[in-house]
Amino acid sequence: MKISEKEVLHIAKLARLELTDEEVETFAHQMGDILTYMDKLNEVDTTDVEPLSHVHDMVNRLREDKAEPSISREDALKNAPETDGTFFKVPRVIKE
Amino acid sequence: MTISEFLERVQNAEPLNAFISVDETDIREQAKEQRKGMLGGMYVAIKDNISVLNQPLSCASHILENFVSPYDATAVKKLKYAGAIIAGKTNMDEFAMGSSSEYSHYGPVKNAINPEYVAGGSSGGSAVAVAAGIVDAALGSDTGGSVRQPASYNGILGMKPTYGRVSRYGLVAFASSLDQIGIMSKTVTDSARILEIIAGEDARDATTVPEPVPPFSQNLESQAGDWKIGLPEEYFTEGLSTSVRQAVDTQVATLKDAGATIVPISLPHTEFAIAIYYIITSAEASSNLARYDGVRYGFRHESDDLLEMYNRTRAGGFGTEVKRRIMLGTYVLSSGYYDAYYDKAQRVRRLLQSDFSNAFQSVDAIITPTTPTTAFKRGEKMDDPLAMYLNDIYTVSVNLAGLPAMSLPVGTDEDGLPIGLQIIAPAFKEETIFKIGTLIERLKS
Repeated sequence: MKISEKEVLHIAKLARLELTDEEVETFAHQMGDILTYMDKLNEVDTTDVEPLSHVHDMVNRLREDKAEPSISREDALKNAPETDGTFFKVPRVIKE
Repeated sequence: MTISEFLERVQNAEPLNAFISVDETDIREQAKEQRKGMLGGMYVAIKDNISVLNQPLSCASHILENFVSPYDATAVKKLKYAGAIIAGKTNMDEFAMGSSSEYSHYGPVKNAINPEYVAGGSSGGSAVAVAAGIVDAALGSDTGGSVRQPASYNGILGMKPTYGRVSRYGLVAFASSLDQIGIMSKTVTDSARILEIIAGEDARDATTVPEPVPPFSQNLESQAGDWKIGLPEEYFTEGLSTSVRQAVDTQVATLKDAGATIVPISLPHTEFAIAIYYIITSAEASSNLARYDGVRYGFRHESDDLLEMYNRTRAGGFGTEVKRRIMLGTYVLSSGYYDAYYDKAQRVRRLLQSDFSNAFQSVDAIITPTTPTTAFKRGEKMDDPLAMYLNDIYTVSVNLAGLPAMSLPVGTDEDGLPIGLQIIAPAFKEETIFKIGTLIERLKS
């Protein structure tokens, strides 16, 4: 399995990661090696095998639909890089 | 142990780099109250991906620099309630991704027995804090061996409970279908006591199970003749070092002499475990780590443009291994590759889980080595991700199948480095592990 630098850049865009030229080159090479190793799974016949997404047989359990106290606004904003005291602040999205 | 003794130990062990933060004022406050309860006065360290109210939580990542937890994880809350003193936050591989505790923003953890060697990972700081005698016990997290492997490398016990046994509320998510909080300790009794306290259903984690929690620590005795133990042939093949093999063989022979029935078994999909594991964990991690975007907490790279702010925050905030796994996870989930990798891995995961259910039709427990070798030298595998991944070969299957398992120390190799033996039991049968563990401790002494 070979991964091109173009593919790495596409994936990085999806993952919201700005990579250096050096990282692009290294990841192309390393991801290729790792995915080649993963291809090993093709040796296994999985016709009629259901995918396993959860280890126990579980059903969704919902709590009662009742309002309960939650984290306070003050606590929720405490770790934020920038707020106006009520909301998180981000760089302007709509340009003038 | 008094507070000053504890603080002195922290200071003496500083070169091992086991802790990211120790809050002396907070510990003095905690110790002021008379600590009543089952864990009264016990010093317990917490891996730095588990929330402790008003304490920093970094996951050993730059991206969570200056983050302070606004609440206690359920497991931590229960420890406090049982009288334990929360002793500090331990160093680890960034976001629990690694097998050596070298991928940390705060520098590598060093092995407690020989500092030239790795501590193991990702809960390396917790393992070293216990092994070096700084604390009585510690919590770690185990997604593919992150409690058991460092326990093995440092000569202590590492217990990974059944998936869903301990609430993950307050544990930073890495791979949600596998993550589980685990216990590092020096004795089986301590491990059993702590699990008894922290286990149980929690309304704040929908994956916890409503199974009753037995009084594990009141029920540790058994006879070797009670047990039928399986040895999987696939775990005793090439790649397993002679010294580890001999130590495990010797322990198994001792159990057999004492009356246990030992039978060979087969777990035929073992060779696919690492491939399944790294596809599923990378996929889940790429999704879980999408939340680190510089908006709500942690480090932000300032920019006038929102997209550039995201891209540069994540580029500057994450270390190389975390980026590599986000990339890999995004790739296997991306359009055109989902079926070939993620879906395929989930299907083979079911076959691997069936291997274990088939084996447990005829045995009570399975014994394997915890790792193929003892600890490796620091720096040795830093730049070879695949070699680092293969180190988890005997531990990842347990997480993929959702089972409980424990690593126990069973001697040392020719360089004096500790060797670990792993006991695996069916889901919710932690009791079996504690009993066989107690037998092994008794047979040793």
